[in-house]
Amino acid sequence: MHLQLTVNGNPREVDGAWEGESLLYVLRERLGLPGSKNACEQGECGSCSVYLDGVLVCSCLVLAAQAAGRDVVTVEGLAENGELHPIQKDFVEAGAVQCGFCTPGLIVATHELLARNPRPTDPEIREALAGNLCRCTGYEKILDAVRAAAVRNSRA
Amino acid sequence: MTPTKERTIAPPVRGGVGTSARRQDSVPKVKGEFAYSSDLWAEGMLWGATVRSPHPRAAIRSLDITDALTVSGVHAVLTHEDVPGRKLFGMEIVDQPVLAWDEIRYEGEPVALVAADHPENARRAADRLRVDYEELPPLVDPERAVEPDAPQLHASGNLIRHARIRCGDPAVTADVVIEGTYETAMQDQAFLGPESGLAVPAEDGGIDLYVATQWLHVDLEQLAASLGLPQDKVRITLAGVGGAFGAREDLSMQIHCCMLALYTGRPVKMMYSREESFFGHVHRHPARMHYEHGATREGELVYVKARIVLDGGAYASSSTAVCANATAFACGPYEVPNVQVDALAVYTNNPPCGAMRGFGAVQACFAYESQMDKLADALGMDPVELRMKNAMSTGSAMPTGQIVEGPAPVAELLRRVKEMSLPPAGHDAPLDLRSLPGGVSNTTHGEGIRRGVGYAIGFKNIAFSEGSDDFATARVRLFAAGGEPQVEVHSAAAEVGQGVGVVQIQVARTELGVERVTLLPADTTVGSAGSSSASRQTWMTGGAVKSACEAVRARLLERAAGELGGSPSDFSMEGGKIVSQTNGIEVSIADLLGRDSIEETREYRHRKTYPMDPETGQGDAHVAFAFAAHRAIVDVDTELGLVRVVELATAQDVGKAINPLSVEGQIEGGSAQGLGLALMEEIQVSNGRIRNPSFTDYLIPTVLDMPPMKIDVLELGDPEAPYGVKGVGEAPTISSTPAVIAALRDATGRALERAPVRPEDVVGLTEREVR
Repeated sequence: MHLQLTVNGNPREVDGAWEGESLLYVLRERLGLPGSKNACEQGECGSCSVYLDGVLVCSCLVLAAQAAGRDVVTVEGLAENGELHPIQKDFVEAGAVQCGFCTPGLIVATHELLARNPRPTDPEIREALAGNLCRCTGYEKILDAVRAAAVRNSRA
Repeated sequence: MTPTKERTIAPPVRGGVGTSARRQDSVPKVKGEFAYSSDLWAEGMLWGATVRSPHPRAAIRSLDITDALTVSGVHAVLTHEDVPGRKLFGMEIVDQPVLAWDEIRYEGEPVALVAADHPENARRAADRLRVDYEELPPLVDPERAVEPDAPQLHASGNLIRHARIRCGDPAVTADVVIEGTYETAMQDQAFLGPESGLAVPAEDGGIDLYVATQWLHVDLEQLAASLGLPQDKVRITLAGVGGAFGAREDLSMQIHCCMLALYTGRPVKMMYSREESFFGHVHRHPARMHYEHGATREGELVYVKARIVLDGGAYASSSTAVCANATAFACGPYEVPNVQVDALAVYTNNPPCGAMRGFGAVQACFAYESQMDKLADALGMDPVELRMKNAMSTGSAMPTGQIVEGPAPVAELLRRVKEMSLPPAGHDAPLDLRSLPGGVSNTTHGEGIRRGVGYAIGFKNIAFSEGSDDFATARVRLFAAGGEPQVEVHSAAAEVGQGVGVVQIQVARTELGVERVTLLPADTTVGSAGSSSASRQTWMTGGAVKSACEAVRARLLERAAGELGGSPSDFSMEGGKIVSQTNGIEVSIADLLGRDSIEETREYRHRKTYPMDPETGQGDAHVAFAFAAHRAIVDVDTELGLVRVVELATAQDVGKAINPLSVEGQIEGGSAQGLGLALMEEIQVSNGRIRNPSFTDYLIPTVLDMPPMKIDVLELGDPEAPYGVKGVGEAPTISSTPAVIAALRDATGRALERAPVRPEDVVGLTEREVR
């Protein structure tokens, strides 16, 4: 199977893919973008979260073929000019990163939340991130990171 | 070299011990650039897959690989006949086949391996392997396993260990006696990064393995034995580890991946799916625990009798140590003069069980803390007051005869959680469904809701016990680059997410006064660091890095004395400079070193421990103990059995917080895993088969399940340990489970003798059920 899609603003081509491959597999194994993670590959953990045409999806549940001709943004596409995105800085500073396997998915999900709701309340943050499992942190420091991002938004 | 006489007051080095220094791996992790074991790739790489038994107990009549080999893209199909060396492995007891050949002992046991050019082709070939099984009735009841006429699953019998405590008078009587039988379920570590790695065959006939593990050197020993290679031909590098929690102590895909790579001569990657992961690692031992407590009318404990049965499943893994812990900590952190404990770990045809955070202590704590609440109820006493009255303290004797030498702030921790402010009762107007049990499912508007408060305290040993030669190695190199001193730290300590990487950097900064510290990748070219388990790495590898830094510093001061005159004791290190205490002359480290570097390797050992006596359990088996207390507040929908944890509060003595932010993270994450065991986490096993091997059906707490936490960290300083540290990771997992369930009992008045508590237990549908 041959595919063309846009990933993080760049046109990309994939040759020789098997039709059953997920978007997650193609990103990780064929396009050299392993930032989206493979914790469950059944849409339960959110670690593979990416934008597909601006919509937050679990890339493990999207066939690569479904992404043909579409626009994909992964965690690798959030930093600009080598500078961390402010949300990425917040995760670092808050201590929200332990093993870090959930982190890329949580950062993409937080990015999506703050884009549509720049100043979420705690219950809104919890609802928005309920599809992202973390096994290390107990979520307290992740909440701290998202709150810090929301505070920055309210100052902006 | 230009010594000067101008004295400047050196500021303390930034990012040293006691600061929340930034983790060295956090920036790559937020960018998605950190290379986990499942992210690896090599030119010409093949994909490995494992063929597993669908039966929990069976005899293998025959294996036929012919069909599997015909699948397009397949490069190898290997069976037990292809294991180059020892056909069994095991960390403590070598009892587990690399690939089964005659008998299947658990569902999911590996039988054969496939390597193919695409994971889908590997899976298809695995489906084409023909195995003729003769199914046998599985032995799944651990009590039945120790009956004399039970089928014997191993040549050594079904009993892995029977540990005992005999302390005081076995015939003593008491005013008030209460009994209870408690159960804890099989819990999964549920790390997010699946078992995975990349094996690359080397030109010298050896193998390079990049893998996520907890202990590189114990993997190395087992790999070399089963691959039939000398240990210097097996080189292991730690790949990025997506969590561990005990599940990576035993081997999973390591030998398999190396076998496929050596056979095909190509790099091979293996990566379990989430479903396979549930079959691919050991779990927390389910426990059945019968307890009898006797006390005076005033609430002084007179005796504890306990019988604890731990289901080890098909292979031993770390069952012997789990059994020892359940025994040693069976009574809790209390002074009890008369104790009789029998703890058994047994083989069954259930999934193998081994290490998970707090092992042995987690199970026992649920039972003894449930008993303390029951006793308080029988005495009409406040449950916290009863605990404080019987609390052990420094100088107390354990039932094993060991005197507790370090800080043991049991009463203090209880007092602190008790005195923390309570969250407001009732709910804000207007009604917010999200603050109620059931949440936005709209199951209640407050009717049938009752609030409960529960307390618990637990403890556990730090580092390895019972006479194990427990050590950690670190190599430290000091050199100058660009006119600035720099330090390189190298150890094999596995960073599994807990933060031992930045701990090593912080220790080097503090000891050498140098801010620029680089941590080299953990691998087997340096000596063993021991396992990232038993809450031991900050103490042990932290201790090794400290020792190596001290040795480097001593050599640097010798060099200063040699260059500048005087004796090494005349000099001190301050802010990247060497300063003479006699004449104030100072010289920068960079100038003193020039192009030379100073390198030292040190092993750190904690003090010797001794085995528990097999008949009486007596002996100084442990180095030190970690203590934590929890208070849980829950709202319960008593009609539907739904629960919302409103708040968790905890107090813990960490000895010394090397990195306060990481310490809080460990406490929060550990508490969450305990909450999970209290409310939702159970591998459901039915006649030897796992019924819920997915994150759809095995639930772990989400951000909606975790309440806000209040944390009180004490730093009492253990005189035995470097900087006074105590391990942090396990203690919070131990006491949070019984605290949450105590709160559920407070809200519902029900006995709730099994963890996790299910909605049907909360509403009383299972109370008469004997399980």
